Amino acid sequence: MQITVCVAVTPATDTKVKIGSDGRSLDPADVSYELNPYDELAVEEALRTVEAAGEGEVQILTVGDGSQKEEVRKCLARGAHRATILKTSIENADSASIAKALADFIAQGESQLVFLGKQAVDGDNGQVPSQLAVRLGWPVVTKISKLVIAGDGFSAEREIEGGIEKIEGSLPCVFSTEKGLNEPRYPKLKGIMQAKKKPLDEVEISLEPAKLLLDSLELPPARPAGRIIGEGLEAVDTLIDLLKNEAKVI
Amino acid sequence: MPAGILAFCEQRGGQLKKAAQEAVSTAAKLKTDLGGDVTAVVIGKGIQGAAAGLAAYGADRVVCFDQDHFALYSTGGYGRALMQACKSIDPAAIIIPATAMGKDLAAWVAASLDAPLATDCDAIEASANGEIKACRPVYAGKAKAWVHASSAPFVLGIRPNVFGIVEHQPGASVDAEVMAEEFSMDAVRAIVKDISAAENAELDVAEADIIVAGGRGVGKAEGFAPLEELAKVLGAAVGASRAVVDAGWRDHAAQVGQTGKVVSPKLYFACGISGAIQHLAGMQTSQVIVAINKDAEAPIFKVSNYGIVGDLFEVVPALTEAFKKALA
Ligand SMILES: Cc1cc2nc3c(=O)[nH]c(=O)nc-3n(C[C@H](O)[C@H](O)[C@H](O)COP(=O)(O)OP(=O)(O)OC[C@H]3O[C@@H](n4cnc5c(N)ncnc54)[C@H](O)[C@@H]3O)c2cc1C
Ligand SMILES: Nc1ncnc2c1ncn2[C@@H]1O[C@H](COP(=O)(O)O)[C@@H](O)[C@H]1O
Repeated sequence: MQITVCVAVTPATDTKVKIGSDGRSLDPADVSYELNPYDELAVEEALRTVEAAGEGEVQILTVGDGSQKEEVRKCLARGAHRATILKTSIENADSASIAKALADFIAQGESQLVFLGKQAVDGDNGQVPSQLAVRLGWPVVTKISKLVIAGDGFSAEREIEGGIEKIEGSLPCVFSTEKGLNEPRYPKLKGIMQAKKKPLDEVEISLEPAKLLLDSLELPPARPAGRIIGEGLEAVDTLIDLLKNEAKVI
Repeated sequence: MPAGILAFCEQRGGQLKKAAQEAVSTAAKLKTDLGGDVTAVVIGKGIQGAAAGLAAYGADRVVCFDQDHFALYSTGGYGRALMQACKSIDPAAIIIPATAMGKDLAAWVAASLDAPLATDCDAIEASANGEIKACRPVYAGKAKAWVHASSAPFVLGIRPNVFGIVEHQPGASVDAEVMAEEFSMDAVRAIVKDISAAENAELDVAEADIIVAGGRGVGKAEGFAPLEELAKVLGAAVGASRAVVDAGWRDHAAQVGQTGKVVSPKLYFACGISGAIQHLAGMQTSQVIVAINKDAEAPIFKVSNYGIVGDLFEVVPALTEAFKKALA
């Protein structure tokens, strides 16, 4: 069994966002990059699936400018077998152009199972998984919090407002992962050593032009400065009064 | 020439969701600039009666797919139906609320139409020459991106509860047109078999007007009891920081923040939450934030309209009692 995991490398979640001088990009100063948190779940689920099957390989795939190497290597250290960076400028890409490039590559291989994160925490688009599935002509189940694969069939669960959908289907299939699916492992020293010898290829590609175009980035309006209204029990009546008569929310 | 606006109207169990009325209201507002018709599309089973009422919110036409096999949502089934409607109606814009169903559907349909999609928009501006600009939060709301599309139709995912519901024509009704399927459900290879109520069939933080959230300061799972009491009195949902979810005190579904749910209720109580940047990202668009924390230096106080420095186990029960009186 061959499984592909598509990963994105994104700004760390504790990044304080500053806007660059072009008014349409993130100011890269002081920004550190890491594996998109949801993609950790995707990598973990692929590793567990291969381990449960007792055979197979996990391939990591990313579309990026080449600066993703270190984070991709960490996926290999966790246990993935090989990785490919589809190298291109992604500055002006949209989800569809990235998904098309991923689909072209995956369609040439043998994977019947692809995992992605539910969304990349930079653009928060949540589009690549479905975009990829449509391009492959495969079904997709987004935001899974549980997955059981048996032979060619699967059953999965996804959270919706106030409930859980139970989904059944057959492979090939694309899945995107939600928190709660699993607890991702950390790389161990042995894995880190082994990862140095695992294949990490770069393939130059070009992307189709984007149809969703960015005009500008702006910071959200700042909240009014915080205000402490008092200490302990004494503040309780003041709060009720303010919520009622000043904020008028109750 | 693509023209007019299509609004996808979500239903569950034959009942239209608030998001359906909001989608049509938003489409009707865009129509004043873009022109053309507003077409509401409803997919489900036994929904024609309810669908007819969407005229009140500004639908000029109502189109339905009404079949047993649409009783439950499946990406491939609803996706094919909506795609057929889009192809036949040929709209300039397609509005799909960014609910669990809508987000899933929008990405699939946009891909199938090879149309650009802006997800989770919180503002849309249109001009008479047909230009549409949309604003959407990125980096978990730490920034906003203005985007436009280079081709039509433009698929717009709208963030629930932001655009509002407007009865443009109170009492109006139009006959629902039933569209015959031009696809086979055999092509759909992942099917929703069943929906079970969430374990603790509580109000979802994503849908609540008021949220009472607890952090590590709550101490243990049982520590949530006073927060639940307060939530009950206010009709609120109970939320949690990631520290709490990681500790196993609350379910993942309750997590607010960058890797949890992004919420913007009318009123948000942060109890024993320090206010880490990832938590703030999920709740700082709340209308009013109240923080209760022992530590006067906690960062949560920087974003709180009203902060109380104190022990939550003292303050929260007292608040519950005070609200009981105030709301009686
Ligand atoms: C990749 C990544 C993603 C993340 N995503 C999220 C996310 O989505 N959501 C999220 O919340 N966090 C997220 N975090 C975690 C975040 O960085 C913080 O660790 C977390 O929010 C802290 O939770 P807390 O405020 O409950 O705990 P703490 O920071 O430990 O704060 C507890 C607070 O309780 C107060 N307190 C203690 N006892 C009492 C009492 N009796 N009465 C009143 N106050 C009391 C303390 O003064 C303190 O301020 C993420 C982190 C990473 C690395
Ligand atoms: N550049 C990329 N290369 C490979 N996979 C990606 C890329 N961008 C996004 N993805 C995958 O698609 C998921 C959803 O991303 P998005 O649709 O951008 O929010 C991510 O969690 C990744 O698994």
